[in-house]
Amino acid sequence: METIKSGKSNPMRKEKVLIIILNNLVGFLKNNIGKYAMLIALGLIIIFFQIRTEGRLLLPMNVTNLILQNGYVLILAIGMVLCILSGGNIDLSVGAVCAFIGGVTGTLIVNMKMDMVSAIIIALLIGAAIGAWQGFWIAYVRIPSFIVTLAGMLIFRGLNTYWLKGLTLSPFPKKFQQISAGFIPDIFSGFELDLNVTALMAGFVIALIYTGLQIKKRLDRKKQNLKCPMIFLFVIKLMLVVAVIMGFSYLLAQHKGIPIVLVIIGTLILIYHFFTLKTVPGRYIYAMGGNEKAAKLSGINTNKVLFLTYVNMGVLASIAGIVFTSRLNAASPQAGVNFELDAIAACFIGGASAYGGVGTVVGAIIGALVMGVLNNGMSISNVDSAIQMAVKGFVLLMAVAFDVLSKKKLSQ
Amino acid sequence: MKDLKASGLDAPSFYLPGDFNMNKNILEMKNITKVFPGVKALNNVNFHVVSGEIHALVGENGAGKSTLMNVLSGIYSHGQYTGEIIFQGKECIFKDIKDSEKMGIVIIHQELAMVPYLSIGENIFLGNERAKAGIINWDSTHVESEKFLKRVGLKEDTHTLIKDIGVGKQQLVEIAKALSKNVKLLILDEPTAALNEEDSENLLKLLMEMKKDGITSILISHKLNEVLKVADSVTVLCDGSTIETLKKGDSLISEDRIIKGMVGRELVDRYPKHVSKKGEVYFEVKDWNVYHPFIDGKKIIKDVNIKVHRGEIVGISGLMGSGRTEFALSVFGKAYGRNISGSILKEGKKLQIKNIRHAIKNGLAYVTEDRKTAGLILMQDIKNNISLPSLDKVSKQNVISENEEIKVAENYRKNLNIKSPSVFQKVCNLSGGNQQKVVLGKWIFSDPDVLILDEPTRGIDVGAKYEIYTIINNLADQGKSIIFISSELPEVLGVCDRIYVMNEGRIVGELDRKDASQESIMKCIIRYS
Ligand SMILES: Nc1ncnc2c1ncn2[C@@H]1O[C@H](COP(=O)(O)OP(=O)(O)OP(=O)(O)O)[C@@H](O)[C@H]1O
Ligand SMILES: [Mg+2]
Repeated sequence: METIKSGKSNPMRKEKVLIIILNNLVGFLKNNIGKYAMLIALGLIIIFFQIRTEGRLLLPMNVTNLILQNGYVLILAIGMVLCILSGGNIDLSVGAVCAFIGGVTGTLIVNMKMDMVSAIIIALLIGAAIGAWQGFWIAYVRIPSFIVTLAGMLIFRGLNTYWLKGLTLSPFPKKFQQISAGFIPDIFSGFELDLNVTALMAGFVIALIYTGLQIKKRLDRKKQNLKCPMIFLFVIKLMLVVAVIMGFSYLLAQHKGIPIVLVIIGTLILIYHFFTLKTVPGRYIYAMGGNEKAAKLSGINTNKVLFLTYVNMGVLASIAGIVFTSRLNAASPQAGVNFELDAIAACFIGGASAYGGVGTVVGAIIGALVMGVLNNGMSISNVDSAIQMAVKGFVLLMAVAFDVLSKKKLSQ
Repeated sequence: MKDLKASGLDAPSFYLPGDFNMNKNILEMKNITKVFPGVKALNNVNFHVVSGEIHALVGENGAGKSTLMNVLSGIYSHGQYTGEIIFQGKECIFKDIKDSEKMGIVIIHQELAMVPYLSIGENIFLGNERAKAGIINWDSTHVESEKFLKRVGLKEDTHTLIKDIGVGKQQLVEIAKALSKNVKLLILDEPTAALNEEDSENLLKLLMEMKKDGITSILISHKLNEVLKVADSVTVLCDGSTIETLKKGDSLISEDRIIKGMVGRELVDRYPKHVSKKGEVYFEVKDWNVYHPFIDGKKIIKDVNIKVHRGEIVGISGLMGSGRTEFALSVFGKAYGRNISGSILKEGKKLQIKNIRHAIKNGLAYVTEDRKTAGLILMQDIKNNISLPSLDKVSKQNVISENEEIKVAENYRKNLNIKSPSVFQKVCNLSGGNQQKVVLGKWIFSDPDVLILDEPTRGIDVGAKYEIYTIINNLADQGKSIIFISSELPEVLGVCDRIYVMNEGRIVGELDRKDASQESIMKCIIRYS
């Protein structure tokens, strides 16, 4: 009782609380500017194009297309960020590998009439084999990744063109096309609604799980007497994330619902996010990228880690290849040109260090979304494709410059 | 008129740069405060250096010595700290290191910063090339570097690559480089930490000679005996504040006196008293031979036999470059060398150790002498560094339990007295000594039976050294076998139960604690070389 009274009788209290909250907010932003900078930049880019396209960017159909059209960059960025983490290694061959895998699936499915599942399994195995081939030279012979994958780019592009005799293989069966064109069927379609209720429900469930996990994490930290951000900031952050999830699922619900590609990508993001942050092999990749000599002396088989990173890249490149081939509904010698550049750019925009050891999967995804929004925003507003390229280059440079500068500020 | 008179009155303190008399302060740093996120590294520090003296700066690890010198040399530009720097009577505002070098302030860092694949001459004039219109004059580069090499007393061809000369000589090249910049105030941050006795001796002599030429120097060191040998004044820094400045001639100045200033209490013994409970023979290396990894046929380790009892601390003494590190690394999972032959026995059973992972599994641990390049992941935090070799202890089915990891790290942070706001602090932001403690913690957590320590107290303050010796003794009391490699003879004598002497890859002597002395160790080395 008394505390309430004294709280009321003292008007200074309120101001003080406000000042404390403001101070906290400023401090939080200052300390985390590096962490959230790209997220903020992504938001600004979205707002910019939303205005520029007079609201067309975030039309339900365009949001769905954003995912469908840029699915491959998102998948490749996940694999690429692991390569970069392992010590600033890159993979220039992923575009060519995508095309090569397209050729493989085309041959298997269109020419040889193989069933889809077997064809995909074979494609993934071939992807792993390609990764192992490049990983061998990079990890065990220690030829710089730049050179090995540059060679790989020429090799696989060349082989694919030779294989396809310069022609395009098409069409694929409906079922294969569904990988990129399909949606999760709406289980609640009985209602007379223009909404895909499944998508909404999925969004709701994900938001709920996210909230639960965040609260649990906070309570865990509290229990161990670790410092947590103020409850006020915590709630704001939580509400923002939930709003984005719900808004996004609402947009999807207004079109055709959840694309299958989104499910594939979402699953991959979850797996790799967990893998990099919570597992022992994930930690090994960071350690090796941070200081290979120290990692070796700590008993880590760095050659093996590097090798497996490239095997993984091969598999992800092959998933991206399958998704892209399905979307094109064709296997073509020209497919996948410059994919590697988009993926590498996405990682660096997302805050990965070119020397290795620093970066996250989520960062790379945000970077890939920046690239995606730029792609779609500019296409919708009819920007010349040559100019699109120049703009993307400029954004890459600015993003990394901003990252470097903000880190410098922090360390002083 | 009035003005003139007023300034006339002030005349004694008003002088032109250049004509100093010996007792003037060449440098005054006033009320310097520098804050890092979460750490107040310097708190109103006042630091005065008299022209022409050798001024030692001492203090515990993390006291702020390196930070103060970074402020002075413009690495932290004006605005990132508060306070005043007055050099040669003028207030200085340095934007970067170039600015301070223009004034003749040159810093030689704790870690040498030279380009290994460039020649001595090129390194001396790096960033300051002998060039006209952008075209380098190689003749004058080498002729002039020759002159500077002569001044520092180094007899090497100026075309020799830096990577091909030892650390001692590299240190001299750094000083030659400073001389080439027309240095007035030379700052040396722990210059002798990585040098052997002889090279340290040479370096100190050189400092004294430069003093005769009127060059003032600031010397940061944890080796108090050398501080006493050369310094005219000693300033003690503690927890980011100046405690006191002692002058030569003061009857007070002695090692014990300095230590008292540093740690705030008298340190009676430099080495904790310890009686080992020696058990049976536990760990043996037999007929160990190792060849150079690149040069064919060059034998680095020759027929080495050593044994360590349970609970025993065995020292390996020797000069720098005698092969101790190579020996330790080759035992630790063949981390060095080729064509390794010989056997390793634990409790009389032969171990098959193919790689470092095996070595760790078999209860071996090796604490490297080179923490920055081989011991730590600098960009990661304390917690990740400590858990790295033993992630299986904080994980289930390869999934790391972060809570467990934090608990463990927090435990070592407390027990080893690692100075940092939390276990989430990045290791690159720790002072040298605290980094060393992280390396130690990392290997203690791996819970080895045989712990090989390679120069574990390099760059560590006296107080922390004592703590580390105590930790080592405790480990021995727990029944672990300890191999202690050190170039500092007093330390080997103070800590070890038994000492092997190594020279040129061979064991040239074995001494019991009671028979060992500096002389007897040196005798072993000389007899065989
Ligand atoms: N970039 C940085 N960011 C955060 N904290 C830092 C940074 N650099 C130094 N510190 C902290 O400032 C304090 C002073 O460090 P400094 O390196 O000056 O110590 P030192 O006296 O040179 O110690 P040592 O003898 O171990 O080299 C330490 O607590 C250190 O952790
Ligand atoms: Mg220091």
